[in-house]
Amino acid sequence: MTTMTTQLPGPVRRHLAALRALLVFTVLLGVLYPLVVLGIGQLAFPAQAGGSLVTADGRVVGSSLLGQAFTDARGNPAPQWFQPRPSAAVNPDNKNDPGYNPLFSGPSNLGPSNPALIKSIDARRAAVAAFNGVPPASVPPDAVTASASGLDPDISLAYAYLQVNRVAKARGLNPAVVRALVSVHIQGRTVGILGEPRVNVLDLNMALARLH
Amino acid sequence: MSTATAGWLQAGLLVVALAVAYRPLGDYLAYIFTTNKHWRVEWGIYRLIGVNPDADQKWSTYLRGVLAFSAVSVLFLYGFQRLQEYLPLSLGFPAVPADQAFNTAASFATNTNWQSYSGETTMGHLVQMAGLAVQNFGSAAVGIVVVIALIRGFIRSRTEQVGNFWVDLTRACLRLLLPISVIFALVLIAGGVVDNVAAAHPVTTLAGGHQVIPGGPVASQEAIKELGTNGGGFYNANSAHPFENPNPVTNLIEIFLLLVIAVSLTRAFGKMVGDKRQGYAVLAVMAVIWVASVAGISYFESGQHSAAAAAAGGAMEGKEVRFGIPASTLFTASTTLTSTGAVNNAHDSLSPLGGGITILNMMLGEIAPGGTGSGLYGILILAIVTVFVAGLMVGRTPEYLNKKIRPREMKLASLYILTTPALVLIGTGVAIALKGEQAAILNPGPHGLSEILYAFTSTANNNGSAFAGLSVNTVWYNGALGVVMLLGRFLPIVWVLALAGSLAAQRMVPASAGTLPTHRPLFISMLLGVVILVVALTYFPAQALGPLAEGLH
Repeated sequence: MTTMTTQLPGPVRRHLAALRALLVFTVLLGVLYPLVVLGIGQLAFPAQAGGSLVTADGRVVGSSLLGQAFTDARGNPAPQWFQPRPSAAVNPDNKNDPGYNPLFSGPSNLGPSNPALIKSIDARRAAVAAFNGVPPASVPPDAVTASASGLDPDISLAYAYLQVNRVAKARGLNPAVVRALVSVHIQGRTVGILGEPRVNVLDLNMALARLH
Repeated sequence: MSTATAGWLQAGLLVVALAVAYRPLGDYLAYIFTTNKHWRVEWGIYRLIGVNPDADQKWSTYLRGVLAFSAVSVLFLYGFQRLQEYLPLSLGFPAVPADQAFNTAASFATNTNWQSYSGETTMGHLVQMAGLAVQNFGSAAVGIVVVIALIRGFIRSRTEQVGNFWVDLTRACLRLLLPISVIFALVLIAGGVVDNVAAAHPVTTLAGGHQVIPGGPVASQEAIKELGTNGGGFYNANSAHPFENPNPVTNLIEIFLLLVIAVSLTRAFGKMVGDKRQGYAVLAVMAVIWVASVAGISYFESGQHSAAAAAAGGAMEGKEVRFGIPASTLFTASTTLTSTGAVNNAHDSLSPLGGGITILNMMLGEIAPGGTGSGLYGILILAIVTVFVAGLMVGRTPEYLNKKIRPREMKLASLYILTTPALVLIGTGVAIALKGEQAAILNPGPHGLSEILYAFTSTANNNGSAFAGLSVNTVWYNGALGVVMLLGRFLPIVWVLALAGSLAAQRMVPASAGTLPTHRPLFISMLLGVVILVVALTYFPAQALGPLAEGLH
């Protein structure tokens, strides 16, 4: 401590100490810590640290962790692809945004009694049933609800199997082949108890594309 | 295996993991705040800061240190955000507007991490790393050192000194938070959490559309965000975002991290006061509340306990498929019972009574197990109230841990208990009375009141999670909630440190036949009763008008 600082009044001295402490911590915890983690992460786990990117035909088509839209040029769901869940991750300024926009991650935030939510659930049920040619009662919950991130990469087994016939028909494939493909893409609960069984839509669709 | 069975086994695995960490981490906590040995690097830090590490402080000096560090933190973080456009790694984002920058600075310096901004479109990488994440360490450390000072109040006698704030702060950051964060940040990366400094870059999707893949130093922040019970997400979707929480394993790790320090602190408490059973008693109360909360929220989220769940056939609105109901509710209960406020599902879309429990969890004062440090000092205040009530029943001077609970101690405990409800209820009342602030409500009916009640409960208790339908990025909400966060954090800290000083000044009174043992089931159930009667009932009218009205409709 210099003689000058000891002559300063107590409160000033204290706040200078606080400022110095904050600066020291900023260097240690705000710069060194994230850089060390970044360095080790990039060296030891480059694929994960980089975002689990996946490639098809030599080009990056997305991340296996992020859901993506499978829509046609007009923004309608494309029948030849397995469809993900409804997404609230939409740019509010872009009416044609099909969702799954990572710059706008997030849920709908609609309350459980909100008539607007009930209405959209009913509308989605009718649309999914018509699109897949199945009875409305067979449409599972995840197919008619928006996820928390708006980027949910997965669908339930029920929603995957429900789409098999429609996808097979659109691609001129034997439904049994497509169903078998779904089966090998099922991810069960980790160690039998963690999370829920699911199917990653991008992985499944990439396998589907490789069938041809 | 049924979903419910898997869910309970999952919760059981979490409890086992916490039990394994309990002893070593609790003992380590007690050690780092009692040893006289300084690390060489710590000497260097004390020299840089300009403090004498071996000078113990009076409670008022200790408090001034806490307040100075926090005030400087708020100002520094405010300036950092305001200057963002001139800094490297800003990703081209402009300066954060003044009201939002104030709100965010108050939020991160108070361990709240309420976010009126959306990470991916507001904050550049440098502000996230060197601004926000530093506060994730600092604010967590402040909570821990305050409870350590309180514990010293119990074990010291006839002294004015409760420790050295700068030493405690440095040790909490360097010896506790940093090493655990490094280890778990790497574990999270291995599990799929991203960690890079890329800007968002476009790709052509499989179906020929366009998608932007975001980047960021996420894992390093994710680890301390949970460990320090902060909860501020790198991305808007927080721990529901697949880049922050990619699978059920990382999910369980994140829940473990946000509970582990608060749980293990009860061990450190028992060890420091020389009677480990005192720590177990407090932990038992925490555990009962936590289990009840997990069970309650799980019940209302499973099956069809809301109009939306009935229409959809299950409560999946605002939930991720990889987590499903059990891993979502386990996270939700834990994050609202600590001061974390990270979310892996949308709390606004929870069933009315499930959402009501999350609000109740925070209203209890986040004591089961609570935020890092703040949970333990919260429940110790309630323990003091409990021995006081018990003392009244039998007509004796109440004692806790060999210290008399006199009028001064009771006044401070009462102030502590009154501060947060006053902030929550006055704040909610004012917001409801203002036309413009009503307009920020997204959902109609009683749920709209719940959204505002949640906002003030979350900020006053320094939780930070939200019923995010409420549009809180307005000058009024940024300002009001910012002030509520500061008062909700630092007024209780003033009372707790004053209490620490008051207790330290007393001499020890030996336990007598009339002393109520504070480690037996009788005390544990009385403490539970006090938690429910004193705290929960304060809020009953507000709960009745919001979540209960919607749920029983």
